[in-house]
Amino acid sequence: MTRSKSAILKKGSAISSLSDDEVRLPSFSENTEGGTHTIVLDGVWATHSVGTIDKKFKAIKLPKDADRFVIDCGDITMLDTAGAWMIARLKLRIQGAGTEVDVHNLGENNTILFDAVMHAVTNDESDVVKPAPFKFSGILPGIGKLSYAFVADFLSAMNLLGAAVRGSQMKSGQGRRMSLAPVANQIDKMGVGAIPIIVLMSVIMGAIIAQQGAFQLRYFGAEIFVVDLVGILVLREIGVILTAIMIAGRSGSAITAEIGSMKMREEVDALKVIGLNPIGVLILPRLIALVISLPLLTFVANMAALGGAMIVAQTYSGISPDAFLARVREAVDLTSFFAGVIKAPFMAIIIGIIASVEGMKVGGSAESLGRRVTSSVVKSIFVVIVVDGLFAIFFAAVNF
Amino acid sequence: MADKNNIALSVRDVHVQFGDHVVLHDLDLDVYAGEILGFVGGSGTGKSVLMRAVLGLNQRQKGQIKFFGHDIDAADNDTRLAIDMRMGVLFQHGALFSSLTVAENIEVPMHEYLSMPKSLMRELALLKMELVGLKRSDAHKMPSELSGGMIKRAAFARALALDPSIVFLDEPTSGLDPIGAAEFDALIAKLRDTLGLTVYMVTHDLDSLFSVTDRIAVLGQKKVIAVGDLEYMLAQDDPWIQSYFKGERARTIPAFDKAQRKMQSNNSQLASQ
Repeated sequence: MTRSKSAILKKGSAISSLSDDEVRLPSFSENTEGGTHTIVLDGVWATHSVGTIDKKFKAIKLPKDADRFVIDCGDITMLDTAGAWMIARLKLRIQGAGTEVDVHNLGENNTILFDAVMHAVTNDESDVVKPAPFKFSGILPGIGKLSYAFVADFLSAMNLLGAAVRGSQMKSGQGRRMSLAPVANQIDKMGVGAIPIIVLMSVIMGAIIAQQGAFQLRYFGAEIFVVDLVGILVLREIGVILTAIMIAGRSGSAITAEIGSMKMREEVDALKVIGLNPIGVLILPRLIALVISLPLLTFVANMAALGGAMIVAQTYSGISPDAFLARVREAVDLTSFFAGVIKAPFMAIIIGIIASVEGMKVGGSAESLGRRVTSSVVKSIFVVIVVDGLFAIFFAAVNF
Repeated sequence: MADKNNIALSVRDVHVQFGDHVVLHDLDLDVYAGEILGFVGGSGTGKSVLMRAVLGLNQRQKGQIKFFGHDIDAADNDTRLAIDMRMGVLFQHGALFSSLTVAENIEVPMHEYLSMPKSLMRELALLKMELVGLKRSDAHKMPSELSGGMIKRAAFARALALDPSIVFLDEPTSGLDPIGAAEFDALIAKLRDTLGLTVYMVTHDLDSLFSVTDRIAVLGQKKVIAVGDLEYMLAQDDPWIQSYFKGERARTIPAFDKAQRKMQSNNSQLASQ
């Protein structure tokens, strides 16, 4: 990034009180006379201009035949902290090498500034603490920390679940019943509000599965079995898992962000001090709402997916809706439906708990809120899929 | 220190309204170069709105704003850039970028406006930290690791990054304990003296007003109703000014007694003449 000299000066000096012939880029000249090395500074030594001379200025050395060092500032037309720092840095460097340095002709105002800079620099005895550089051996403690964090997460999830069951009161015993209004409110937000997107997504998903299935089954002349395929796949797996993923993204992130920002603004602490159990007040209604909403949404998703499949079966394979429904009745029984829906409450609890645990971990900064929301969504989707796999193994083992 | 012939910021006929709600009506204000102007006003009178309008963060319906004699609406791009480089703002809550370290925060304006080696930038950032009373060892801390006073100082260092001529401070001492607030006031005065800053300070802190400001401006009824030093304020008849500067809280401040005694002696001198 190079800029012309005039551009640099124009930008920085356009509204300074200097006249045009006083506006010169910083420069310096050196001469040694009778054992005294003199540096004469000239021009504008200001924040916007000193960058041009930094390298040359750093290279100044005390000649061998000199034992005194003088910095003459008489020709400086403008000095600010950056210029003062350049002079102070040179002075400290030469002095560090064992030679006295005198600064001459600074003028009254610039002397105040220069002294303030020298004072600030020499007064601070601390040193810059650099963060530790990356090391490969650093991976091992990283893994260890991760394992401990996993255990801690699990414990706080269990703690949260227990505290949520305990209810909203912490101290006195009265008023332990849950109020229904927040639960209804949350069901409205997380359940009813999610219906349009769930329906849309499921219709498309059902249609895609039906189309792909029909395309493959056509080779065997068994296109009618696409109904079995869609029916079983949607009811047992796809309906519930897609709904859970969508809710993890939609409501899990919202829960983390809500609780996280309440944590940031000390609302959670306020609840504690007042004597309420923040987990019971904030998290329990959301958990209950999720546990009620998710199975219902799963049912909606199942119906929508079957609807989508029905449309595709009609248009792509010529299976009439009547034939489709008759085949569904044969292919699918109540166990297929329950094998899917029974997973929904578990997934709701997982989403709610993970979202709340992450929300409670939010610290003071906006950055940590963003990080927590991300990890809440990622973790809950991952755990939802793992749990779905465990259910599949279990159902296979018990022949459900 | 303040130079009445050199006006750093001049505000003329500024009118700001949101919908039907008129916040500022034909407001005039001058800030002289090198002075510390304290700006007071009741909550909701539009102190922040004025500051934001001056900084260009709020739209104004009409009015002229001049920095160092340059009208910011009429200025060409280079002049606008130069004006921007000569302004620093300390927001009320610091507004440090939370994903950057303290030193990186101070370097943000430098990266934006200056072409200089990175090493020099870091040196200057450390110098700015030392000038505002932070330590070099704080350079790599994140804003979330800082105390309230340190956040204000770091934000002040960022405001000073480009060596501005004028700094806007929005309630610089709010949220600090009295000792920290007094230190911060002293810092403002010291930097004004060493760097030749002009300081526009919105504040509710009577101690700050009495100890560091050269002049005080009072906002009320949608315009600046009084500008002057403390003695001038004490002589005003406006009930809001009376209760603000002569209320219970004001009376406990020693500087107030001094100013009032001075005023009384002036009055008696006038009477005897």
